[in-house]
Amino acid sequence: MIKPLSLFIFNLSKSNIAAQFKFASSALPQFSSEKYGVKRKSFGVIQPTDIDYFKTILSEERVVTDESDVLPFNIDWIKNCRGQSKVVLKPKTTEEVSKILSYCNSKRLAVCPQGGNTGLVGGSVPVFDEIVLNFNLMNNIISLDEISGALVCESGCVLENLDNYVRDHNLIMPLDLGAKGSCHIGGNISTNAGGLRLLRYGNLHGSVLGLEAVKADGTILDCLRTLKKDNTGYHLKHLFIGSEGTLGVVTKVAIHCPALPKAVSLGFFGVKNFENILELYKRAKSSLGEILSAFEMADNESISSTVKNLKLSNPISDYPFYVLVETHGSDEVHDSEKLSRFLSEGMDSGLILDGTVTSEPAKMKNIWNIRESIAGAGLLEGYTFKYDVSIPLRNYYELVELLRKRLRDHTAKVYGYGHVGDGNIHINVIVPEYTKQLYSILEPYIFEEVAKFRGSISAEHGVGFRKPQFIHYSKDESALQLMRDMKKSMDPNGILNPYKVLPDVPNI
Amino acid sequence: MSRVLVGVKRVIDYAVKIRVKPDKTGVVTDGVKHSMNPFDEIAVEEAVRMKEKKLASEVIAVSCGPAQAQETLRTALAMGADRAIHVEVAGAEYETMQPLHVAKILAKLSQDEKADIVIVGKQAIDDDSNQTAQMIAALLDWPQGTFASKVEKSDAGLTITREIDGGLEVIKTKLPAVISADLRLNEPRYATLPNIMKAKKKPMKKVSAKDLGVDLSPRIKVVSVVDPPVRQAGSVVPDVDTLVAKLKEGGHV
Repeated sequence: MIKPLSLFIFNLSKSNIAAQFKFASSALPQFSSEKYGVKRKSFGVIQPTDIDYFKTILSEERVVTDESDVLPFNIDWIKNCRGQSKVVLKPKTTEEVSKILSYCNSKRLAVCPQGGNTGLVGGSVPVFDEIVLNFNLMNNIISLDEISGALVCESGCVLENLDNYVRDHNLIMPLDLGAKGSCHIGGNISTNAGGLRLLRYGNLHGSVLGLEAVKADGTILDCLRTLKKDNTGYHLKHLFIGSEGTLGVVTKVAIHCPALPKAVSLGFFGVKNFENILELYKRAKSSLGEILSAFEMADNESISSTVKNLKLSNPISDYPFYVLVETHGSDEVHDSEKLSRFLSEGMDSGLILDGTVTSEPAKMKNIWNIRESIAGAGLLEGYTFKYDVSIPLRNYYELVELLRKRLRDHTAKVYGYGHVGDGNIHINVIVPEYTKQLYSILEPYIFEEVAKFRGSISAEHGVGFRKPQFIHYSKDESALQLMRDMKKSMDPNGILNPYKVLPDVPNI
Repeated sequence: MSRVLVGVKRVIDYAVKIRVKPDKTGVVTDGVKHSMNPFDEIAVEEAVRMKEKKLASEVIAVSCGPAQAQETLRTALAMGADRAIHVEVAGAEYETMQPLHVAKILAKLSQDEKADIVIVGKQAIDDDSNQTAQMIAALLDWPQGTFASKVEKSDAGLTITREIDGGLEVIKTKLPAVISADLRLNEPRYATLPNIMKAKKKPMKKVSAKDLGVDLSPRIKVVSVVDPPVRQAGSVVPDVDTLVAKLKEGGHV
C-alpha cells in the first residue's frame, strides 16, 4: 500500500503513482490533458483551507483526498480518459450539494459531477484538478405512486436497483441499458441516455416528470412535480436533460414508470445481410406492432468476439448478422401467436436464416447479456475507439464498411451493433493500443462521413470531453451560440464540468 | 441402439425472484414464470446427443404435473426428443407429489416403453431433493450413475464419470441403467426455430398416475416454508486492534 501523500504536494510526479498501479491493473491511461493537448483554464486552485471547509459541510470520511482512493474517480470506464483531481466529495443531501457549489463558485473552483462513471465520452471524469462531486451516497428512493407510476428518488440511485424496486410494484423503469448495474439515474438524465427500449418507451424528455437541480451558484431549483401535464411557464426540466452537468447538477428525479409487461418474449436470429435486417424491421413494425419493445442488431465481429472473450455461448450458429427482437405485452397467448406468425413468415421468406425464441427469464437474460456485453468484451482486446452515431437507416451499416476499408493496413477490428430501430449504430474500433496516428486516421474522418449523411455524431452517448470539437458537424453555429449564451447565464464562472460539451470560444 | 426415457420437471424459472407465501405453506407460483429444470435440460441434451451419435434410437420425454407441464414437454420436443408423455397430476395431488411418486411413475413407464436408459436431472431447483434417479434405480433394480459429468458407451453398457466430493469417479454399468445429469455433463442447446415448429406436431400422450397403478398419497408433510434469516449488516472498524477485539467479543477467536 503506498504511503498517502500529503495534501500540500499538488505537482505529483505522474510516474510515482503510475508505477505503483501498473501491476495492480492493466496500464493506466495517459492523462487526458496530455493525450489530447488541453490547457488548464484559469480556475482557482484548491487550498488546505478549502478541504477544511468541505469537511465542515460533509463529514470527514466524505471528503476523499487519499491519492489511491481518488484514482478510480479520475478514470473513465473505457479507460480512454484520465483526470488529475485531488478531491472527491460525497454529499448526502441537496443542501450539502448547494453549499458545496456555492462555495466553489465563490472561489472559482471547478467541479466535475459524477454518477456511476459509465459515460463513454469522458464527460464523467475530470480533465485537470476539478473537484469530483460524486453522488453514490444520494441513493434514497423517496416515493412511488403505483397508480400513476411516478417514482421520485435521489439522483444517485443505481438504475438496476430502481428497476428491481419498481418491479415489485408491477412497474418497470422506462429505460434500460447495459450499464444499468452501475449507472445513476441522475447521470442517465444528465446525458439523456437512450438504451435498449427507447423504441417502445420513448426518450427521457418524455418520461421525466420533474427534477430538482442545483445551479452553479448553489441555488436549488425545485421543478420536482410528478404531474404528467403542467404547462405553467418554461419547461425548465429539459435544460438539465442532456446538458451533461454543464448547466446544473441534478439532485432529485421524478420519472414515469410504465406497467410491468405480463408477457415478454425474446427472439435472436441470424440474418444474411443488412438489407434483410431492414426488411425484417419493417415487417416487425407491422406484424408485431404495439408489442415490439426492442429491435437490435449486431454484426458477426461483435458477437463472435464477445462470445469468445467472455466465454459465453452463442445460442445459434455463426451468421453474418444477428438481430434481437423483444416483445412486451399484456397477454401471453396473443403475443406468442403474433410472434409465431412473424417468425414463420420470416423463415419462409429467407429473411431469418435461423434463430431461437424464448419467454423463459433465464434464457432471455443470457441472450441479452451477449448484446449488452459487446462494449465490455472489446475492452479485453486492447484499446477501444468508441463511436455512436445516428444515420439514415438505409446507410446504417455503410460506415462500418468505410472504416474497415480505411483501416485495412492496420491491425484493427471494427464492430457495428446497435439500436437499429432508433437509427442509432455503435461502432467500436479495437486496436492493440492507442496511437496518435490511429486517432488522426479515425477523427474527424468518421464525423465528416456522418455529416455527409446529415446524421448525428453522437446519437445517445453525448458530447462530454471527447466530442465538443466535432459538434459543428451536427449543429450549426446559431444553435451553438444560443447554447453558449445559456451557459453564460446559468454558470457565469463556468465551474460546472468545464472542458466538456461546448466547444471552446476564445474569450470564455 | 437404446431407447432413452428422460424425465423433465416444470419449475419456477431460475432467474425469477422467489417469494414465500404469507401463510408459509410454500412459495408463490401463481402468475410466476416457469421453465424446465436446468438439470433436466442437460438430461434432454444428453439424450438427444446420444441419438445424434446413433447410440439411441428414440428419446421419450416425460413430465408429471398440471396442464402447463405440456409446455415443458414441447421444449423437450423442440430440443430433439421424439415424443412426449404427460402424466397429468393437478391440484392438491400435485402440491403433495414427492420424488417417490415420480420415481414410481417413471419406473412403470420405463418398463411399459421398454426403455434401456433413463436420464433425469440430478435434482430439481425447487426442492433440491436429489432422490428421483436413485429411487427409480432401486424400484427397477437397475444400476445407477448419479451426478454424471460424462457418459460413454462401452461394450457391455456404459462408462459413467461421476462428480463426487473428492473429485471424479469412473464407473462401468451394464444396461439398462439410470443416470442423473450433473451441471458439467453438457451445455444444453437453445431450441432453434425450425425445431420449435416441428415440435408442435410431435406426438404427446396423456396418462394418469392411476392408469400406471401409482398411488399419489403423500408420505411427507411440509410443515412450513420461510425465508432465510436476513443477513446482519456488517460494520467497518477503524483498525486491526478493534477488529481483533470484536472477534474476541463475538467468541470467534
